[in-house]
Amino acid sequence: MATAVLEARGISKGFPGVLALDDVSFRLDAGQVHALVGENGAGKSTLIKVLTGVYRPDRGTLLLRDEPVTFDNPLAAQRAGISTIYQEVNLVPQMSLAHNLLLGREPRSRLGVTDTTQLYAEAERVMTRYGIRTDVRRPLRSLGMGTQQMVALARAVSIEARLVVMDEPTSALEPREVDTLFGVIADLRSEGISVIYVSHRLDELYRICDRVTVLRDGRVAHDGPLDELARVELVALMLGRDPAEIRRDGATKFTGEHTTTVGEPLVQARSVSCRPVLRDVSVQVRPGEVVGLGGLLGAGRSETAKAIAGALPVDAGTVTVAGQQVRRGSPAAAIRAGVSLVPEDRKAEGIVPTLSVRDNIALAALPQLSRSGVVSDARIDRIVDSFMRRLRIKAASPHQKVSELSGGNQQKVLLARSLATGAKVLLLDEPTRGIDVGAKAEVQALIDELAAEGLGVLLISSDLEELVEGADRVVVLRDGAVAGELSGDQVTEEAIMATIAATGETDG
Amino acid sequence: MTTTTDADTGTDTRRAPGMLRRERIGHLLQHHGALMVLAVTVVVGAVAFDSFATPQNAANIVVSSSFLAIIAIGMTFVIISGGIDLSVGSSFVLAGVLAAYGSRYGLLVALLLPLTVCGAIGLVQGLIVARTGMAPFIVTLAGLLGMRGLMLAVSDEGANTYLVRNDAFSALGQASFLGLTVPVWITLGLALLGGVLLQRTGFGQNVYAIGGSEEAAVLMGVPVTRVKVLVYLISGLLAGLAGALNAARLSSGVTILGAGMELDVIAAVVIGGTLLTGGSGGLTGTMAGVLLLGVIQSLINQIGVLTSSFQQVVSGAFLALVVVTQRILHRAQRLS
Ligand SMILES: Nc1ncnc2c1ncn2[C@@H]1O[C@H](COP(=O)(O)OP(=O)(O)O)[C@@H](O)[C@H]1O
Ligand SMILES: [Mg+2]
Repeated sequence: MATAVLEARGISKGFPGVLALDDVSFRLDAGQVHALVGENGAGKSTLIKVLTGVYRPDRGTLLLRDEPVTFDNPLAAQRAGISTIYQEVNLVPQMSLAHNLLLGREPRSRLGVTDTTQLYAEAERVMTRYGIRTDVRRPLRSLGMGTQQMVALARAVSIEARLVVMDEPTSALEPREVDTLFGVIADLRSEGISVIYVSHRLDELYRICDRVTVLRDGRVAHDGPLDELARVELVALMLGRDPAEIRRDGATKFTGEHTTTVGEPLVQARSVSCRPVLRDVSVQVRPGEVVGLGGLLGAGRSETAKAIAGALPVDAGTVTVAGQQVRRGSPAAAIRAGVSLVPEDRKAEGIVPTLSVRDNIALAALPQLSRSGVVSDARIDRIVDSFMRRLRIKAASPHQKVSELSGGNQQKVLLARSLATGAKVLLLDEPTRGIDVGAKAEVQALIDELAAEGLGVLLISSDLEELVEGADRVVVLRDGAVAGELSGDQVTEEAIMATIAATGETDG
Repeated sequence: MTTTTDADTGTDTRRAPGMLRRERIGHLLQHHGALMVLAVTVVVGAVAFDSFATPQNAANIVVSSSFLAIIAIGMTFVIISGGIDLSVGSSFVLAGVLAAYGSRYGLLVALLLPLTVCGAIGLVQGLIVARTGMAPFIVTLAGLLGMRGLMLAVSDEGANTYLVRNDAFSALGQASFLGLTVPVWITLGLALLGGVLLQRTGFGQNVYAIGGSEEAAVLMGVPVTRVKVLVYLISGLLAGLAGALNAARLSSGVTILGAGMELDVIAAVVIGGTLLTGGSGGLTGTMAGVLLLGVIQSLINQIGVLTSSFQQVVSGAFLALVVVTQRILHRAQRLS
């Protein structure tokens, strides 16, 4: 076997409370484009940060061309020929494009100071190669996300690297920019430079990658050549399923059946677009119906829910609730119309941990509860009490701080809050992620009950089992567009995975 | 790789590339706003008071501003890097006392003693800020108190005033060349040097990068620790130099002048358009900010009926105005 450009052996890395990487081994050969995939939180970004000197591993060794190495910081990794486009921050927003691109390698004049004329000319030359034509003296933050990403790419590639790492580089790119990126990757490969490529987009992976490593819960779930792996198998691996094994029924608390009322749709999204994350997405939910949204990470599921809730500035399309069009881009209008979003990240977007259960529930509902600005405490207490009983929220008292509750009960508090606003439609983004098994079953049972009471539910879940058993219909998204819709007997894990894995433009 | 994307929107509008107009105006206001206000103030002052626009008065303003200016150069580096240095006022006073004390051993000691002590304290502060990640505000506040204590100890609680007994050293603060005193020429030289360092070297760009986004700077391979240490070292050295020159000018180490000077310095830098959040600003603005404070002082002296403490009211008003304007500009840039 040829020498590996970079190899990781038995890497472990923990953060307080989580073991982000657990005995991970990884090998990268020269001139290969190596895909790194896995669910949210699987450890991809952490592995990349270990490989590039941002984190020190707790255990394990790194080998650079078969020699053991340790990188004390990102600079050391860069000096060793590893250059990286990280997922979150890469560049300095206030600095000009040119200075960002060439920081640390500014051209000097004979006097030893930076030659700005040459700096700008050089930056312009480089960016033109990447299809970007703009004034390179402009501060980076005034440029579009796609352009910023291309600057990060250009910077990474121009550092004379032997290995370029890209953590989800296409999430902010337009299709045309993606083509440019792939052109760059092809050039790199032909020069014998290796690439680690993190993405959730199957088409991209199969277009450019040679090999794939699948991470799950910090461990390597699969490693091998990509062309030997069928798309459906890869989807199964990414969603945490063993492709060989067929599922057993009945592990979730969903009853599976709702008496679906045939009636007017409660909420209807028509051809909603928000480039580049959503294209022409249409979804409808009828009263008493649970509609599942399936797809891989970054397929546009959360964005669809946010667009319906008015929390995403959409370019085109309409959302109607009970036949009435809702004003675009206004979360307040959506809430008034009866749409309530329970977001994925409870801590960051939903709950106020320092407030009590009571206050968290009453917070959103206050405008509805108050008559001429006055709310009686007794009235709030009554409402909070009824919700706590109805949703079986386990708290010492309504005055207990929400941060002291378990994840499942926090989720129920959020549900109670939505219901207290008089929601008719619930948009639930990963409602059972990160809560223990028992609480999960309770939340699932609750979703069922609410639908039976006539609410419409849009359920986003990466847990295929939950989707199949909980939803009456499943709309599958791929790369920001609807890839297909399954209903009745068609709703099976296999069918969902097959729809995700299908190539080309399918519509329905 | 033949298609071209318009960077503003990602759509394919074939607009001529370049800065947006609003962006350009915002840029101009932030970087040259102080200079424009300075020009207007000078013109108004010249029209209103006969004795304002005289060469003598101009020289007065420039001479008395030069010490503030030297410290403000260092402070500009610190603030652009995303930090703050509250210790410069104490450094300035301590350096004056040390220089006066050292002058009895000759010119070299009079200069090197304050520079070494203030430089060392800047270095230590930089090391603490860069290595431990403690807030610069706290670290340099400790420096402020520590140096004030040191100065009181050296001067016997301020009872002991050292006089400068070295003509060569006194000349450094008092001699004139082409109508301007030596400190003014030193200020000009340092401002030029600082400008080149900030705008035209990798070090300078690293300072901007760290202030703009320290996390990104780390990932881009900037030697963050070294740059931060250097920035506080520069600030300490310049405060020490200013203190020494001031002692030379007054022929004594005065222990009361200069306390609280750090706030004037920060005000001048911020009025000059350098953002307290870091990552943006420059020395032209800082020099304009320093001069603006000097001109306001002079104008208030011209008015006569107003006490000089009124100067602080006006300076404060300017500062508030600048901060509000920056806030608005910032928001406008966000929206564009
Ligand atoms: N800086 C950090 N501090 C604490 N926990 C972290 C940190 N970075 C990542 N984690 C945790 O480590 C796990 C893996 O995260 P990450 O590597 O970002 O996953 P991925 O990139 O595959 O989505 C997650 O549980 C995440 O919460
Ligand atoms: Mg990640």
